Amino acid sequence: MIEKPSEGSKNLIENNLRKTLFVGVGNEYRSDDGVGLVVARKIHEKLIPSVTVKEESGEGAALMEAWQGFQNVIIVDAVSSGAMPGTIFRIDANKETVPIKFFHYSTHAFGVAEAVELARVINTLPSRLLVYGIEGAVCTAGVKISSIVKEAANQVIEQIMREIETANQ
Amino acid sequence: MKSKTLKVDYLARVEGEGGLLVKISGKKVTDVKFNIFEPPRFFEAFLRGRLYSEAPDITARICGICPVAYQMSSVHAMEHAFGVTVDGQLRALRRLLYCGEWIESHALHVFMLHAPDFLGYADAIQMAKDHGPVVQMALKLKKVGNDIVTLVGGREIHPINVRVGGFYKLPTKKELETLVERLKWAVDASIQTVKFTAKLPFPEFERPYEYVALRHEQEYPFNEGRLVSNKGLNIGIHEYENHFMEEHVSHSNALHSILKERGAYFVGPLARYNLNFDKLTPAAQDAAKSAGIGKGTNNPFKSIIVRAVEMLYACEEALRIIKEYKIPEKAVVDIEPKLGTGYGCTEAPRGILYHRYRLDERGIILDAKIVPPTSQNQKTIEQDLREYIPSRMNLSQEKLTWQCEQAIRNYDPCISCATHFLKIEIAHE
Repeated sequence: MIEKPSEGSKNLIENNLRKTLFVGVGNEYRSDDGVGLVVARKIHEKLIPSVTVKEESGEGAALMEAWQGFQNVIIVDAVSSGAMPGTIFRIDANKETVPIKFFHYSTHAFGVAEAVELARVINTLPSRLLVYGIEGAVCTAGVKISSIVKEAANQVIEQIMREIETANQ
Repeated sequence: MKSKTLKVDYLARVEGEGGLLVKISGKKVTDVKFNIFEPPRFFEAFLRGRLYSEAPDITARICGICPVAYQMSSVHAMEHAFGVTVDGQLRALRRLLYCGEWIESHALHVFMLHAPDFLGYADAIQMAKDHGPVVQMALKLKKVGNDIVTLVGGREIHPINVRVGGFYKLPTKKELETLVERLKWAVDASIQTVKFTAKLPFPEFERPYEYVALRHEQEYPFNEGRLVSNKGLNIGIHEYENHFMEEHVSHSNALHSILKERGAYFVGPLARYNLNFDKLTPAAQDAAKSAGIGKGTNNPFKSIIVRAVEMLYACEEALRIIKEYKIPEKAVVDIEPKLGTGYGCTEAPRGILYHRYRLDERGIILDAKIVPPTSQNQKTIEQDLREYIPSRMNLSQEKLTWQCEQAIRNYDPCISCATHFLKIEIAHE
């Protein structure tokens, strides 16, 4: 027997379907690896009714769970691709593969890239999923974000605000 | 003489960053180096000068997979130093939190990290193409673990609700009961997992290991017990450093841990199981027997079955704790800092995690020692490879490298922990 969703949960699901989920990923105690969280907090401060903001450590299964019920999802995480620190990557996960090596700085054996690619295989990928990566400069123990990464974070925030506007139209 | 080098620069599907170098000369393995090159994290130095109450939250940051273990070992060490005992429902809640972490960690390792090795897939993503329902079940199981940790620990990673003496906020019985239906499903899913793992193809490989785990008179160990082994060790936690020592080896940033008298030893699910089979629930014992591992096994590859059995146990134990739960009057017992040294050792998903803190009269940490399970297993991992490789010399470089990685993952190494990350190199000289 299929359980009917309650009125409350139905509303929640319908609400979520209309909403954009923003997920900031990182570890705030590992310098630039915390940039995803910095972006999340700044977006949260803007109190945009159509946006739900979540912070995640980058653990893949938790991430797959976090985006359940959302059609529009934007993720920001620090990356380590060997590019110049502060380089911004924008990956449209519905059209392209997320390079596993990019998000290697996560200490999780099953991280952002694995979550996206696994979700693609088992058909649970949100209908619109954007992954922003910001190349980190320093990812050692510490709580400071490098100035070049901070600058990139501000640019990403501006770009995300435009993405959200487009999604709301 | 033909010689070759097997080299894995970066070992995938392990927690953290490390590598493996194996040198082979003719039919002899001349060198095995399990490299851990993630820089040491200096957490022990980090802790000096901090207040006792900060240790659970600081040490939880060492690992994203087993933060509960760090919190538990640190709170027990502090409570030992202050002469405080946390019992009753507060103690039970700690076990419940640990059940959550074991379920999360074991579900991840069994399905996402280790099963692809046995089934010949490069990773869980490739495996999911052929085994979609299995992967869906794994994710759902892991979520049950996450749900427990979120409810009891405040959030799923790096929980924030644990404190020396108890908790900051207590869950209500009603809140815990929301987990019951999911846990009942998880019990059945864990039985399916045991059956799934039992059908995997296992290499014939056994060694006369010394297993070390906690043993508690009444229960399968999480938080408390004596440190015992199958070769006569039976000590209190405070005696740990009399029997174990850490040595620096040049090829690893993690210290290698040995038993002073007998050298390498084995910690983790297989050790716990072999030493505590009698403390498992009847259903977990039956599932293990049906899976063919009886009361114990010396084949480290079968650790994957044991993880599934422990997951079943953790689900059943969680249900028991929830059923018997009555919200305590106080969330925390009174703590009065005093000068002294405290010792704590609990069973992280990967094995025993030892903490020792020396504190001044205000409860300021003067020094700290943390010995995670992976550093304790490093030597055994290297010895396994030395014995495993010779009879498999005829395999192609690719196949041999694959099997070496699989053998390392028997231990679910968490290199983030051991350095407070894996790459394989096999060299034929």
